[in-house]
Amino acid sequence: MNKKKIILVVFFFFLSLSSSFSIEADVFVQSTVNRASKILSENLSKDEKIEKLKIIAEETVDIRGIGFYTLGSVRKNLDDDQKKKYSRLFREYFLKSFSSRLSEYTNPEIDVLSKEVLSENYTIVNSLLKGTSERPEVKIDWRVYTKNPENPLIRDLIIEGLSLARTQKEEFASILNSNDNDINSLFKTLEEFSKN
Amino acid sequence: MIKKLLIIVFTTLALTLNVNAGSDGNLILKKNEPSEVKDCFEKINRATFAFNQTLDGVIFKPAASLYRKLPSPVKTGVSNSLENVSHLLTIPNNVLQGDFKQAGINTGRFVINTTLGILGIFDVAQYLGLTNYAKEDYGQSLAKAGVGPGCYIVLPVLGPSTVRDTIASTFNYFGGDPWYNITVGKDTQYFENSDYYFSKGASGVDFRAKNYDSIENLENNSLDFYASVKSLYLQDRQQKILNSRKIVNTQDDSDWEEISQ
Repeated sequence: MNKKKIILVVFFFFLSLSSSFSIEADVFVQSTVNRASKILSENLSKDEKIEKLKIIAEETVDIRGIGFYTLGSVRKNLDDDQKKKYSRLFREYFLKSFSSRLSEYTNPEIDVLSKEVLSENYTIVNSLLKGTSERPEVKIDWRVYTKNPENPLIRDLIIEGLSLARTQKEEFASILNSNDNDINSLFKTLEEFSKN
Repeated sequence: MIKKLLIIVFTTLALTLNVNAGSDGNLILKKNEPSEVKDCFEKINRATFAFNQTLDGVIFKPAASLYRKLPSPVKTGVSNSLENVSHLLTIPNNVLQGDFKQAGINTGRFVINTTLGILGIFDVAQYLGLTNYAKEDYGQSLAKAGVGPGCYIVLPVLGPSTVRDTIASTFNYFGGDPWYNITVGKDTQYFENSDYYFSKGASGVDFRAKNYDSIENLENNSLDFYASVKSLYLQDRQQKILNSRKIVNTQDDSDWEEISQ
């Protein structure tokens, strides 16, 4: 009898432990948004804000995944060295682009409204960026990769129905098409963006 | 005579094709997939895009900058009245797409907002439950009827479009747009030609002002601004044609899964 009780206690202890580590996608998004909003409303220089936003992006966004997704089918032709180089360049590009885009906003107010579980791996979290006197409210959907429930990651932002990952993919495809699909031309463009 | 012929041909085409292909949402989704739309005139498009950017810097951006400084109620009033005028084009397209319920709702919205809302300045209809207005045009009606977009094109001043949407928009000038008919098309004592052109210019400035920061942001952070605008335009168009958020739900995940492994 005692043995049974002990087993049950141990079982429920581990069950509660494992569930306490999993993070719901909507909670994850709201917490990420709150962290970013806090930084943007602080009395910091633009460069300081950018540095802090980069840390949040590295923790919450699947930068490697987005990088290879946006490269499209060209990634299949890359060797390991090129893949490593691309990952490094894309990371630098993404962090600079992402943080400088966000740093333009001061104290943005985003409310998470609902979520839609698409599959075991994906949840769409619906949110609303509140309007100001200068711009209307904006619907933002977050495509969250939930394969590892303990470490959800953002894979796309869909602003008023327009996917940023898709836009990025088509932008890269355009650069590659204009340069006979030469990956070095994309490397050069990414390097130049990060340097400027 | 030409006008009548065009109306008959267009209406017959739209209604006939609507029966054949209009219900197949997946086919429409596929046909209007941004990556499937060819950029047949890329060199000319890029040159026109550069011209439009210059025009934007000289006219639309400064005008939008000033417009943004107006008090919010004024901007909302202007935006509402421009949207109210757009109902005149949306309603016949609701009918062409077989969406009679929405045509009724939009007619109600137009009547209420033009009268109680003082020429559309106030969106009174939304307080009576007539919400969720979405603009429709002849390009969308043709797309719903199963006509593919054709090549992507950038028009001087007007900006991104497709061959289908450009051809369809000419119908506005042959009797398809009641607002054009009563301002430019026919000599009425109530409106001047300038009312039409002013409303079109104001719509451009209103759009630019609403998206002021987003456009600046996109331009500053794009590796290829032309390609970004093209992608966003085609995604937006696809969504408007479908009148749904299906794009989000049907995004192909196979690419992602392969990356994750």
